[in-house]
Amino acid sequence: MFIILGAVLFALGLYGAFARRNVVLKLVAVNIASSGVFLVVVSAAPTLPDGGTDPLPQALVLTGIVISVAVTAFGLALARRLATDEGRATLDDKEDSS
Amino acid sequence: MSLAPQVLPWAAALALALPLLAGAACFVVGGRTAAALALGVAVLSSAAGLVLAAGVADGGVQRLALGGWAPPLGIAWRIDGVAALAVALTGFIFAAVLVHAEKSLDLLRGEGLSEAFRPLALVLLGGLNALYMANDVFNLYVTLELVTLAAVGMVALAGDSAAALRYLLVGVIGALAYMLGCGLLYAAFGTLDLDLLAGRVQPGGTAGAALALMIVGVMAKGALFPLHGWLPPAHGSAVAPASALLSGVVAKGGFYVLLRLWLDVFPATGAAPAAAQILGTLGALAVLWGSLQAIRQTRLKVLLAYSTVAQLGYLMVSLPLIATAAGHASGLAGALHLMASHACAKAAMFLAAGSLIATRGHDCLADLKGAAHDHPMTAFTLGLAGMTLMGLPPSGGFIAKWLLLDASLRSGQWWWAAVILGGSLLAGVYVFLAVSWSMSRPPGEPSDSQPPPLPRRLEFAALALALVAMALGLVSAERIP
Amino acid sequence: MTLLPWSQAAPLLMLFSSFLAGIIIFTLDEQRHVLRATLNLGAAAAKLVLVGVVLAGVAAGQTFEVAWPLVGGLDLILRIDPLSMLFITLSAFLWFVTTVYAIGYLEGSPDRSRFFGFFSLCVTATVGIALAGNLLTFFFFYELLTLSTYPLVVHRGTAESLRAGRIYLMYALPASTALLAGIVGLAVLTGHTEFSPRGSGLAGVPVEDHGFELRLIFVLLIGGLAAKAALLPLHGWLPQAMVAPAPVSALLHAVAVVKAGAFGIMRVVYDVYGLELSYDLGLSQGLAVLAAATILYGSVRALAQDDLKRRLAWSTVSQVSYIILGVALAGPTATLGGLVHLVHQGIMKITLFFCAGNIAETHHVHKIAEMNGMGRRMPWTMAAFTIAALGMIGLPPTAGFISKWFLGVGAVEVGAWWVLVVLMVSSLLNAAYFLPLVYRAWFLPPDDATAGRADAKLTLLVPALVTAALTILLGLFANTPFTPLAWVRLIAEADHI
Repeated sequence: MFIILGAVLFALGLYGAFARRNVVLKLVAVNIASSGVFLVVVSAAPTLPDGGTDPLPQALVLTGIVISVAVTAFGLALARRLATDEGRATLDDKEDSS
Repeated sequence: MSLAPQVLPWAAALALALPLLAGAACFVVGGRTAAALALGVAVLSSAAGLVLAAGVADGGVQRLALGGWAPPLGIAWRIDGVAALAVALTGFIFAAVLVHAEKSLDLLRGEGLSEAFRPLALVLLGGLNALYMANDVFNLYVTLELVTLAAVGMVALAGDSAAALRYLLVGVIGALAYMLGCGLLYAAFGTLDLDLLAGRVQPGGTAGAALALMIVGVMAKGALFPLHGWLPPAHGSAVAPASALLSGVVAKGGFYVLLRLWLDVFPATGAAPAAAQILGTLGALAVLWGSLQAIRQTRLKVLLAYSTVAQLGYLMVSLPLIATAAGHASGLAGALHLMASHACAKAAMFLAAGSLIATRGHDCLADLKGAAHDHPMTAFTLGLAGMTLMGLPPSGGFIAKWLLLDASLRSGQWWWAAVILGGSLLAGVYVFLAVSWSMSRPPGEPSDSQPPPLPRRLEFAALALALVAMALGLVSAERIP
Repeated sequence: MTLLPWSQAAPLLMLFSSFLAGIIIFTLDEQRHVLRATLNLGAAAAKLVLVGVVLAGVAAGQTFEVAWPLVGGLDLILRIDPLSMLFITLSAFLWFVTTVYAIGYLEGSPDRSRFFGFFSLCVTATVGIALAGNLLTFFFFYELLTLSTYPLVVHRGTAESLRAGRIYLMYALPASTALLAGIVGLAVLTGHTEFSPRGSGLAGVPVEDHGFELRLIFVLLIGGLAAKAALLPLHGWLPQAMVAPAPVSALLHAVAVVKAGAFGIMRVVYDVYGLELSYDLGLSQGLAVLAAATILYGSVRALAQDDLKRRLAWSTVSQVSYIILGVALAGPTATLGGLVHLVHQGIMKITLFFCAGNIAETHHVHKIAEMNGMGRRMPWTMAAFTIAALGMIGLPPTAGFISKWFLGVGAVEVGAWWVLVVLMVSSLLNAAYFLPLVYRAWFLPPDDATAGRADAKLTLLVPALVTAALTILLGLFANTPFTPLAWVRLIAEADHI
């Protein structure tokens, strides 16, 4: 159940990251996608012989969250500089083809 | 030479921790002290790599649990010959780039930029060293993220936020795909350790899906075709010493992870032959596309960046060769040799480009006229390093090309040989474009005019890298494990 | 620490005498003319002495070899055999002469450190090619040669010379790609790329099963080498490359580039495949036809040129193919003719280019139409030119006569009468493009009646005179010991071919 939800979130986030033109929205979309991934990883954790859940995936996700926060902060800082330097909040598609 | 076994953990710890600590220290101290510190750490890291290499040569592959914490709680590191030599070479390249950057950054972008460059470079160095020695798939993820963040910072240093952001976004999405793959692998096989995975992985849907996700993830991070789009604007716009590190060293990070997965995990899935042909085809397209784009460019740095896309393509072409029994040994040796020599050569070329930009103010190819007259050593460096890209003897690129050709003919896949040969011809064209402009003379220029001055250390740093790329062509490939 | 034994040190010294000189020259300041000239001449002289010593050793049956493991179980091998000494002696001698010439020629022009640096590298590559003991080593230096000659061709940096350089690389790089493909193919097929007498290295390969592969590899190898030897249809770069400074043209046409190609073809036919196998696979016959076609085509095109250096360049296209014809005819006497022409053509052609350079440098005359009365204006230069031109035509008692005589006899010996026709037509064509020029220079009055007598300066004149004198001496005394012909006989007798 959670795995499916996670997969859907990942897909939605991925879509958003490519479809949105605004940088901040792209970053938000990436965060949604990462939530999806974390959900999948935690809920897919194997069960231990004593009935408990394997804690390792939770440790992994914790690390993942830390990295995700750092990346988001960095991304927002760059977005702000983009806005102040060039007065825009989008990545121009024209540049993509260059 | 026999090394006491207790030296090796210290060498590994030094290569892992010292750059990160020194990077933090560079925020505190500045100026000359920081410059000396950064350079010293790079040299030490390189030396640590050599010590590790000697240790591996003596006692085989080393597995270390730093601080005494054994997996699964602690983190295990594995140091084989490839990792040790990668640490040594990376340290050397960083040292050369730092020597160059201390002078050129100020010339290129005004005072103060080197203060920001040093800590980023050191974090990058620590991240790369950790990447080389990591031995579980999640650790590879963390170190790859560390490297990406520092690399994006380097791109942002030059002021092109758009290129940096695009790099960041692609990197993050790649990392997410990779992490998803990690989660699936752990759920199915209960371990993330590469050695253990190699024994446990069963052919099937889960393993296939997990590896597909991970491969797409590292392809995005490593700018492997067709996910290379972010690389040329990022490497082309970054300040030249940063481009040297990114294109020379960081660009190989993605492929290094791919290769690790490929060698340890992939054989057990049974999907290797099919995946190899797909990845090889993508690599062939990368060689073609990257080279043709490089030929079309009018700016030296963008040309070099597209050339990196093409050279990464060769690495992917090596996968179908490694996947066969007949071509495994020479294919793998060829790919590793290519990574090493291309790292030195491309860094040298970007540094040389940086030197030219420092005196000319820009890197338009058409305005390189007379460069060979004004700065013979820098033009010579461009040509020398270009030989590695073209795979001409006596360069490291030649050995790599020979090994890859040998592997493709041995395994009966002559079409990959055709790709490799065709690619090196195209490389010949774009290297020639860069060099021939520098050989031409601007019309009417008096031959005794005073060339604009260029600090000697800029020229020597680039030349040293080019010479190492050349020296790799004389080292017998058999000595690299 | 024990020093290397002489048998290993000698090949290395031969290689490094010019390599180190080149590297030091690169770092020299532009203004250190005297030091640079001393280094250049010193290295060239040292190499000549070394060659003399080794030559005596080889004649006495000494062997020289040094190896360094490189890739895939293959070694870089430097080995001295009589055939390599033939080429090395030629290049060491002509390097010395050309260095003297180049120092005089480039006086006062910019970027001389770069020029002489690459000049030395170019000779290093040539010597390396001669010393190569297997195809891998050969390729190693073959590429070094391409790369070190490119900066020489474009040395002037003008649009024209850059264009010539581009065309040169457009031929050279695809050709070397083909060569590399052939070498790797051979290495995979046989496990080595060794040069061994009579092609015994291929003895383990069943010819019936691998006929296609062997033919394909041969075509790739020869195709790769033919671009340097300017064999039809890969000759197009050579007439373009003549925009290079005169010493470069001289070196390119006489020793370095075209000869490297011809020498490589010899190695492939004699020492990789062996004459017998080349013949059995139907490969040498094809090569002979191609060489004959090149001889005729080059001569016809030379006839139509008005630019002196361009005419000489087309003449080279034609003359180098004599060597290849001699190899491809596969008879004992034709072999002698081909081998000896490697040396003779070098000495005669370098004389011609020296003279063309003198004429251009002293009187700024480039066109043949402007050469009226040149014999009166610069008698010494034109005397040298005339001797070399007569040699090219193949008149006795010049060295060129010896080559053509052996080629002709050799052709009859293997029953290839058509070759005799080719040789005769080609000699007529040679006469047709050289004799009017000589006539013009000696017997027509100068266009400008006031033009006085002014020969080239000594540094330019002496090299031309020395090589011109050799053209006659090697012809007159061809049968005495220590001439190229005697050495070639030694090669043939030493069970090498």
